[in-house]
Amino acid sequence: MHIPSHLEQLEAESIFIMREVAAQFERPVLMYSVGKDSSCLLRLAQKAFYPGKIPFTFLHVDTSYKFPEMYEFRDRTVKDLGVQLIVHRNEPALKDDANPYALGTQRCCALLKTGALLEALAKHEFDAAIGGARREEERSRAKERVFSFRDKHGQWDPKSQRPELWNLYNGRLGKGESMRVFPLSNWTEQDIWHYILQEQIPIVPLYYAKKRKMVVRGNMLIPVMESDPRTFQGHRVEEVMCRFRSLGCYHCTGAVRSEADTLEKIVSEMTQVTTSERATRIIDFDTDGSMEIKKREGYF
Amino acid sequence: MSPKKQAEAAGSHLSILRFSTAGSVDDGKSTLIGRLLHDSGNVYEDHLAALEASAKKSGSERVSLALLTDGLKAEREQGITIDVAYRYFSTPRRRFILADSPGHVQYTRNMATGASTVDLTIVLVDARSGIIEQTKRHAFIAALLGVPRLVLAVNKMDLVGYAEERFQDIVADFTEFSAKLGVREITFIPVSALEGDNVVERSGKMPWYSGQTVLEHLESVYIAGDQNLVDFRFPVQYVLNPSQNFRGYAGTVSSGVIRVGEEVVVLPSLRRSKVKAIVSAGDQMCGLQKSEASSRDAVVLQLEHQLDISRGDMLVRPKNMPRVATNFDAMVVWLGDAPMDPSVRYIIRHSTRESKALVTGIDYRIDIHTLGRSDPLPLQGNEIGRVSVATTTPLFVDPYQKNRSTGNFILVDPVTFLTVGAGMVIDRARSEDDADIGGNLHQEAALVTDREREARSGRKAVTVWMTGLSGSGKSTIAKGVERALFDDQVPVFYLDGDNLRHGLNKGLGFSREDRSENLRRAAEVAALMNRAGVSVICAFISPYAEDRVRAREIIGHERFLEVHVDAPLSICEARDPHGLYGKARSGEIKNFTGVSDPYEAPEAPSLRIRTASQPVDQSVAEIVSLVLRSSTV
Repeated sequence: MHIPSHLEQLEAESIFIMREVAAQFERPVLMYSVGKDSSCLLRLAQKAFYPGKIPFTFLHVDTSYKFPEMYEFRDRTVKDLGVQLIVHRNEPALKDDANPYALGTQRCCALLKTGALLEALAKHEFDAAIGGARREEERSRAKERVFSFRDKHGQWDPKSQRPELWNLYNGRLGKGESMRVFPLSNWTEQDIWHYILQEQIPIVPLYYAKKRKMVVRGNMLIPVMESDPRTFQGHRVEEVMCRFRSLGCYHCTGAVRSEADTLEKIVSEMTQVTTSERATRIIDFDTDGSMEIKKREGYF
Repeated sequence: MSPKKQAEAAGSHLSILRFSTAGSVDDGKSTLIGRLLHDSGNVYEDHLAALEASAKKSGSERVSLALLTDGLKAEREQGITIDVAYRYFSTPRRRFILADSPGHVQYTRNMATGASTVDLTIVLVDARSGIIEQTKRHAFIAALLGVPRLVLAVNKMDLVGYAEERFQDIVADFTEFSAKLGVREITFIPVSALEGDNVVERSGKMPWYSGQTVLEHLESVYIAGDQNLVDFRFPVQYVLNPSQNFRGYAGTVSSGVIRVGEEVVVLPSLRRSKVKAIVSAGDQMCGLQKSEASSRDAVVLQLEHQLDISRGDMLVRPKNMPRVATNFDAMVVWLGDAPMDPSVRYIIRHSTRESKALVTGIDYRIDIHTLGRSDPLPLQGNEIGRVSVATTTPLFVDPYQKNRSTGNFILVDPVTFLTVGAGMVIDRARSEDDADIGGNLHQEAALVTDREREARSGRKAVTVWMTGLSGSGKSTIAKGVERALFDDQVPVFYLDGDNLRHGLNKGLGFSREDRSENLRRAAEVAALMNRAGVSVICAFISPYAEDRVRAREIIGHERFLEVHVDAPLSICEARDPHGLYGKARSGEIKNFTGVSDPYEAPEAPSLRIRTASQPVDQSVAEIVSLVLRSSTV
């Protein structure tokens, strides 16, 4: 008898959740955000329905401020898999030049991420949205359900969440209500990297260390975008050997100093790491409990 | 080195221990968890820095490790946690998932939720107060949820002078209490979470204790034996049918083991086949063929025969089947804010199957303070009790004690869709109304088949199920149909509700449950007569759609003809052949359909007869014609 390792157990659990979504909902969508967690979600979805096709539409909520490498990777992945991808942007806000310099990261996120996401979900009448969030990522997510209930306004109320016992997921919904589903709930950042290594899953090259142009502010490395002078104007630009631990919008994503330019090196770097993954996200520094405020409003 | 080997070298091969903690803030539970995370090197520097900052803000000298586990902002402000939070940490020996289910309010519900998936529960005891009511409650809930092992962490040993005697007293007290719980394994550890004694590091202050620290125990406790590898259960989760030449059943093995070539039985159809292939995308991508699937594996099974199988069916072995039951007893933890309502038909979810369920009886409630039994009143939020459940379609259940994965279910409110109950099936002697699947199988082996009987008689027997209000004309028409078919040489029998109540259904009243049972038995009789070749005319008010759905399932879709005898209430009441409406209006008869109980009209009956506007002869003729058309082989 083979005793499953923790990675095998996590994989089986996630596959089970994916299949529950396919079985319980009429219009499920997979939130594809191009990062490493999304890459794992994709692989798990492939496995869950193999040899069939993934029965989900893909949705990318695009702020327009992602790294060019992310757009390239996204388009290539979608083409290789042959899946249907919907890209949704909050066009009116972008027309008004919404950006974090003018609005602050809170407001900017509210418009370009939360707003755009809710708009897209409503527009396409998706009843379930699969996301790659992990409970370990951030304190307020520690009590997030696997099937996370959202009311008619897409809002999350910690008190209206349904108890989840065993592996019985209650996906029943009233009109206009929806579910966010997190198959990676029990995965840690380390698990993600182990899985990417074990399965040789393609990821955006930004995760690998390379010399990149950065503005160095304290121990934060803020990426320099040639296309957007605001990212470097008035600052000294340095070439730093670094990589990204998590990916978001280039204004708000810090890099970490690293020599890890292969998967093996990243995995071994991860075993030594002493700061949390979100420490590199400038978004979380706004206010104490900022992620929780975003979540209540409908952010993933 | 292969990628898999590389990942293993980095620790991907470790096993997971899932555990929960029970105890209140006063017992130092949050401190214990904080200590566990901190001393095992599982706290990130930026998180620690945030704690130090908030300690400084509140003017406290010492960083409060308890704050590490507090999640939401509102809760942090109130100083209490009110839900289940999950923590993840690892050591070089194992990965850990901790279900932290704290809080004074909603305690039972949160703890039950946390305990439902864990391999071990740590119960915290304050060394000063010893085993108190709350300790017993926590241990009881863990035992109820089938947690195989407990750790009793006797905390605050620093406050009792690290005295061995105090510890031994507590051990003796708890050992005596826990004999009744049936927990397989209990470990006692003296600790001080605040000082860090025996949490991760061994304590120098308790030389009399030679056992393991909490972390050492968590790292080494043997859990692989918990899996039920005997009883193969495979709930079909999703049918994969991507092309003409591939049909597979996706699901996760609940328990047991299955190999390619082995025989399986499909529930509820009882069809048999053999496993043709076990498809696992991971192996397939590496060019491997899987020959075996065991408990917790997410796979796709292909069978040798083309069978009609859908989500909610279950594949099992011919000689090892679960109970196929519509009635069972269970311990239920009530999660809802509104109390349990015996008149509500809850949605029940069991494995991948869904049905409707009534709580037909409450044997007793558990008094959570004394753990004794109290009055059998409907359960309120956070109460636990033993109840009887009746479902409209059969579920494939095992006793929870024997099989944690197929012995559990949840109840969902049909209006709010909230999860309101969590149940654990209890083993009880099979009552006569539970289909004994083994018996059915022997019947299958009978030498005369239904088909042969039909071939000889030249027709298929059917059941006409007439539903409608009292006084709508059912009996009159039914008798007419029986006469006409009999004269036409059709073997036929009229099954009258009142007549059945004199014999087979003697003792059943008119409560919701009794009516339901009355109809179930009638359906079983009709099914038997049909199989014997006799068509049956049933005339029952049968007001609930659900009961009729169940009758249809018992009798079989191909034999069941639903006829709605439709007449307006005012006309039925004016006819009132037995004077019942009068009594119902005056309150002499309770639960009278149309007056004090609802009638759910069929949405799509095989035939709808409006007796207010057509003569009896015509109604009879329409039904006779329906029967003759449907019984042609």
